[in-house]
Parts: sequence; structure tokens; C-alpha cells
Amino acid sequence: MKRFIGFIKKEFYHIFRDRRSLFILFGMPIAQIMLFGFAITNEINNVDIAVLDHSKDATTKEIINKISASKYFSINQFIDRESDIETIFKKGKVKAVLNFEEGFSKSLIKDHTATIQIITDATDPNTANTISNYVNAILQQYQKGLHKDITIAYQIVPQTRMVYNPELKSVYMFVPGVMTIILMLVSAMMTSISITREKELGTMEILLVSPIKPIQVIVGKVFPYIFLSIINAIVIVVLSIFIFKMPVQGSLFLLAFESVLFIITALALGILISTISATQQTAMMISLMGLMLPVILLSGFIFPISSMPLPLQVISNIIPAKWFIIIIKGIMLKGVGLQYLWKETLILVGMTIFFIGLSVKKYKIRLE
Amino acid sequence: MKTILYIIQKEFKQIFRNKGMLPIIFVLPLLQLVILSNAATFEVKNIKFGYIDNDHTSTSRALVEKFNASTYFNVLTDFPSEALASSAMLKGEVDVLLQIPQYFERDLQKEKQNSLGVTINAIDGAAAGVENVYVTQIVQRFNQNIKVDLLQVSDKQIQPITIETIPLFWYNKTLNYKTFMVPGILVLLVTMITLFLSGMNIVREKEIGTLEQINVTPIKKSQFIIGKLFPFWVIGMGLLTVGLILAKVIFNVPMLGSLPLMYLYTSIYILVILGIGLFISNFTDTQQQAMFIAWFFTVIFILMSGLFTPIESMPKWAQTLTEFNPIRYFVEVMRMVMLKGSGFNDILPQLLKTALYAFIMNGLAVWSYKKTN
Repeated sequence: MKRFIGFIKKEFYHIFRDRRSLFILFGMPIAQIMLFGFAITNEINNVDIAVLDHSKDATTKEIINKISASKYFSINQFIDRESDIETIFKKGKVKAVLNFEEGFSKSLIKDHTATIQIITDATDPNTANTISNYVNAILQQYQKGLHKDITIAYQIVPQTRMVYNPELKSVYMFVPGVMTIILMLVSAMMTSISITREKELGTMEILLVSPIKPIQVIVGKVFPYIFLSIINAIVIVVLSIFIFKMPVQGSLFLLAFESVLFIITALALGILISTISATQQTAMMISLMGLMLPVILLSGFIFPISSMPLPLQVISNIIPAKWFIIIIKGIMLKGVGLQYLWKETLILVGMTIFFIGLSVKKYKIRLE
Repeated sequence: MKTILYIIQKEFKQIFRNKGMLPIIFVLPLLQLVILSNAATFEVKNIKFGYIDNDHTSTSRALVEKFNASTYFNVLTDFPSEALASSAMLKGEVDVLLQIPQYFERDLQKEKQNSLGVTINAIDGAAAGVENVYVTQIVQRFNQNIKVDLLQVSDKQIQPITIETIPLFWYNKTLNYKTFMVPGILVLLVTMITLFLSGMNIVREKEIGTLEQINVTPIKKSQFIIGKLFPFWVIGMGLLTVGLILAKVIFNVPMLGSLPLMYLYTSIYILVILGIGLFISNFTDTQQQAMFIAWFFTVIFILMSGLFTPIESMPKWAQTLTEFNPIRYFVEVMRMVMLKGSGFNDILPQLLKTALYAFIMNGLAVWSYKKTN
């Protein structure tokens, strides 16, 4: 035991001596969560649009004013010819062009109908679709204002209640995701590197011939990182509560427990990576190239999993981050306890056991 | 010149000798391109929908039937009680909940107006907004139907004014999300591979101690750096080529613009990334440090590139920050050239900024590389 403690001490020394890594280790999550918490949003506002007004009469002016007054759009320029649309789209300056037909007011008075084309640059389908919906909504509002006196018979009005995030803040969506990515990658990357590093430098041989048992070597290696990751997790949670005003509806104790569990899962994955890679380079490429995009894309961090094609929904189940994101959202936003999250928790426990089991099997006591 | 060729030869040999790395460099990125491009979609469909029908009349059933018929809502659950429904919501089994009040039909006929409870799980605010629009649309259509069915009084005497809108989706008529994401993800993979490899490369020699051996040889600084970076430049261009072929063959992404233009831009862009990698390599002592820094910048570059979330929605200060993000320009250029067929003049601003970036980064990298410690 004394030997083991000595070993852990050595690991801590290693870490604390490398000031630069330590600085990155703690500075990075803080910088990232601040940046992303404020900057990343999939709301759409302030979209630059252009107007092609063939009639230039009172009604079109009024509609244009209505549109530019909304927070969703800012009118970037007025164009005169249809052929200009292609030019400005190719430059990427505007995302949509509103095309008012000739004699707009006249035909509205005469035929009770007039047409506006909403031409969108649909290279970004989501933005294009949203722009089209928003313009429609503004126009509908405008029309309602035109005939206030007509009451429509038989109307069901949906009373919508947005639960768990009444203000529809995207921070609520992104903070759990960023927290997961940071914990996952930092933990997996650090352990995988620190073990392969000993292999590559040749010091692993020395450790293996020493009386310390292999399991002690691994636990000793991982232990300091559990400690560091927990500090990271605490910093992130504190920042999200105080700066982004994320609520913690559920129990803080449960949140801590689940975070530690997830950190251990990620560390176990890191150990597994280190047992199958010979050099630091390989270990890092696996933990960065192999984990980064799947964790960002398949965890439900940005894109809803339920909209993905079925095979990907199945694959997403093997991403530990997916389950942790469900857990954090459950505890922080929905305020549920273990009785709702036991399934996700068990999956994480299962994954951890699997990773550790596999690494023990793959761990070689002898060097080639 | 001959010296450079030898260094390049050495580097290639080292890359191809490392059998563990080969699949990671060549297979993993392409596999991810093919698989993950399908995951990136903001479309909201397969909405988990549930309802509580406290009325049990033909009107309430007809309303539920409308939701059933919609392609957006596909999982329908009938909850006998409020408690069960809210527990399902907490478990995440239901995201949209419709509550039809008691005497729904009777009140509707008597008062001509009635309300309907809709509860939406709004943790994903954007998706919740879309779900709300879908629900409203279905209810509105239902309103029009009951007008015809129950009322049978036309209000045709006052013809309301209607402004008709015709949405036209240029460049992507079917709003296919993959055509949007594939070029972007390809950009990411090219960037990540070249940055990680170049970032680790020189520091690895430093850590193992072989850099000292090279430093005492008559190899010049510039020869060494060119020899080191050229192989990664080739790998980056190779990945781009295979990626473009996959994009065309598997995803049928349109390629309206000129291929030489794409290659011209990419050849300059990779220089920026290699410069950054080299710069990181120079300022770190271990591969671990180098990777941490590379990772730190990649995550920031990726999430602030406009690849997944639009740049225009970011606050002004963040938009200014993205001006310093090389991935942003690459994503823009690839999408513009491939999907819109933008020409040289259209991408000139991005091209110039990238070239300037390449010049500065490589200048800094060469300047900070010292043969003596």
C-alpha cells in the first residue's frame, strides 16, 4: 500500500511539474465553456436579406418596414434586377431575397391577392426553411392587422407551454453538451497518453519489473486524473450555474455522483485506447480523431438523435456521451432523480466495466 | 533540393512504416465522412407525441387523427391520466403532449372558441420552436375543416385580402441536409488530420531526442521545415480528393463550381494549418502539450466555423472572432464553390485572407524554429 501511495505521488509530481499542460488542462475548459455558452446558438436572427421591389408602392414599403423591424432580419440591400439575385447569392452576402411582383398594391385591391416570392439560398436548408417560415409569420400578422373586424367562427387556440426551458435558451441545450465533450476528451486523452508515454519512453519496462502490480500501475496512473477531472467538472458546473444561470432542479449530490461515474467511464476508455496503441501519436489520434466527431455529432449535443436515420440512432447508443447528456439534462433541467435515470446510469456502469475488462485482457505484462 | 527530397523520403517512410497509424490517417476520416454526414441534420421529425383525451368525442378523435396522419409525429401514445403523461415526459419518452379538455366538443359548439393544452419539452429550444409550428399548423387546418363541417355558413361576402407567398429554395430544392453537411465535414477531417499530424511531428523528434541529431547536420532550417511539412500537405490533398469522390458517388453532392478553384484554395488553406501545427510544435516540449493545444484550438475552430450553427446568429464580438478562424473560410469556400458554383471573384476575399494567414503563420513558425536550444 505504501508503495502504491508512493506511485500515486510520483504521478502527481509528473502532472504538477508540467506547468504548461496543467495550465491548458484547467484554462481550456473555462475558455471553451465561456466562449460556447455565449456564442453558440442555433437560433436564427439578424439574417441579412435583400429586397427586389418591382412596384415600390405604399403597401410594399409598409411590408418591408415590418420585416426590417423584426429581430430576425436586417435588410442588407435593395436590388433592381432579377439577374442580381444570382450574383449576390454567389458572393454569399445575403441569405434570402424578397421579390415583390409588379403592381403589388393594385392587384391587392383589385383581385384581393398579391404575390411575394421568398427566394432563399438553400445551401443551408435549415436557415432557408426558417427564413421562409418567419417571413410567412410576419405577413400573416400583417394581414390580420388589415382585417381586424372580421371574426372567424370556430376556432381552437392551442395554449402552448414550453416546459423545462420556457425562454427557449440555447445555452440550456449547449452547456451540458460542452461539459460532456470536455470531460470525455480530456479524460480519455490524458490517460491514454500518460500510459503510452511510459511505453514509448521505455519507463514502462522499469515499472513492470518493479514489485508494483500491473493493476496498481493502472489505478495509480488513473487516480490523479480522476481528481483533476472532478475539479474540472466542478468548475464547469459552477460556471454554468452562476454565469449561464443554468438551474439545478434535481439533486446536486446525484449530479456529482453521475459526473464521477462518467469521468471513470471516459478514463476507462482512455486505458483501453492505451492498451491497443504503441505510441503516443497513435493513442492521441485515436482519442482525438476517433472520439471528437462521433461525440459531437452522435451524442445529441447539437443535432437531435430522433431525427437521424435508424442505423445511426442504433450506433448512437454506444456513445457514452449520449447517456451522460441525457442524465445531466434530466438532473439540471427536469429535476428528476435516480428513479428516472437508473437505466442511463446502469448503461454507463456497464460500459465502464466492459472497457476495464477488455483492457485487463489486452494488457500485456511482457514487452515484445 | 536533393536534401529536401531525402527528408521527404524519410518522412514518408516513417508514416507508412507506422502500421497502427495508417488506418487512422486514411480510413477513419473517410469512414466518418460517410457515416457521420447522415447524423448532422436539424430537421425535426419522428417527434415523440402523446395525448390525453378527456373528451372522447368525435371531434377530439378527429383532432388526434390529424396528428396521427402527419408525417412529423409518428409515435402516438394515449395516456389515461395526467400523472402518467408527465412521468413519461420526465423519462423523455414523450416530447410533445396534447391535452384535450373535458367537454371539448360541447364548449366548441357553444362558445365557438376553445383552447387546447400543448406541452412541449423545450430543452432543445430550436426543435421546440419547430414542434410548436407543426402543432399550430395542424390545429389551424383542423379549424378550417370544422368551419366547413359544423358551420356550413360561408363568410364569402367579405373576401379577405390574402398575400400569397411562394418560397423558392435555390441551390437545394429538396432542402437536403446532406448536401450542406458533407462539404463541411470533409473540411473538418482534412483540417484535423493535417493539424494533428503536423503539430505532433517535430515535437515528437524533440521528445525522443532525434531532433538534436538533425540539428547538428548541415540541413538548413528551411529545408528541414519544407521536408517535414510537404508529406502532410500531400496527405491533406489526397484526403480532399478521396473525400470529394465519396461526396459525389455516395451522397451525390452537386459540384457546380470549378474543381481547380477548390484545389487552389485548399492548397493554400493546408499551408495555414501546417503553419499552425508547426508553430504549436515549436512552442511545446512534449507531444501531450502539443495535442492539448491542438485540441483546444480545433474544438473552438470547429464550433465557431459556421459549420453546425450559423455565424450570423452569434453575438457581434463572436462574429469578429470568427474572422480569425481559418476553418470558417474553408467551410464557406467549399460550400460556395460546390453548391452554388461561385467563381474566382466571389471567393477572392476568402482566398486573400487565407493567403495572408498562411504567410503570417508560416513566417512565425519558421522564425520561432531554432536549431539551437
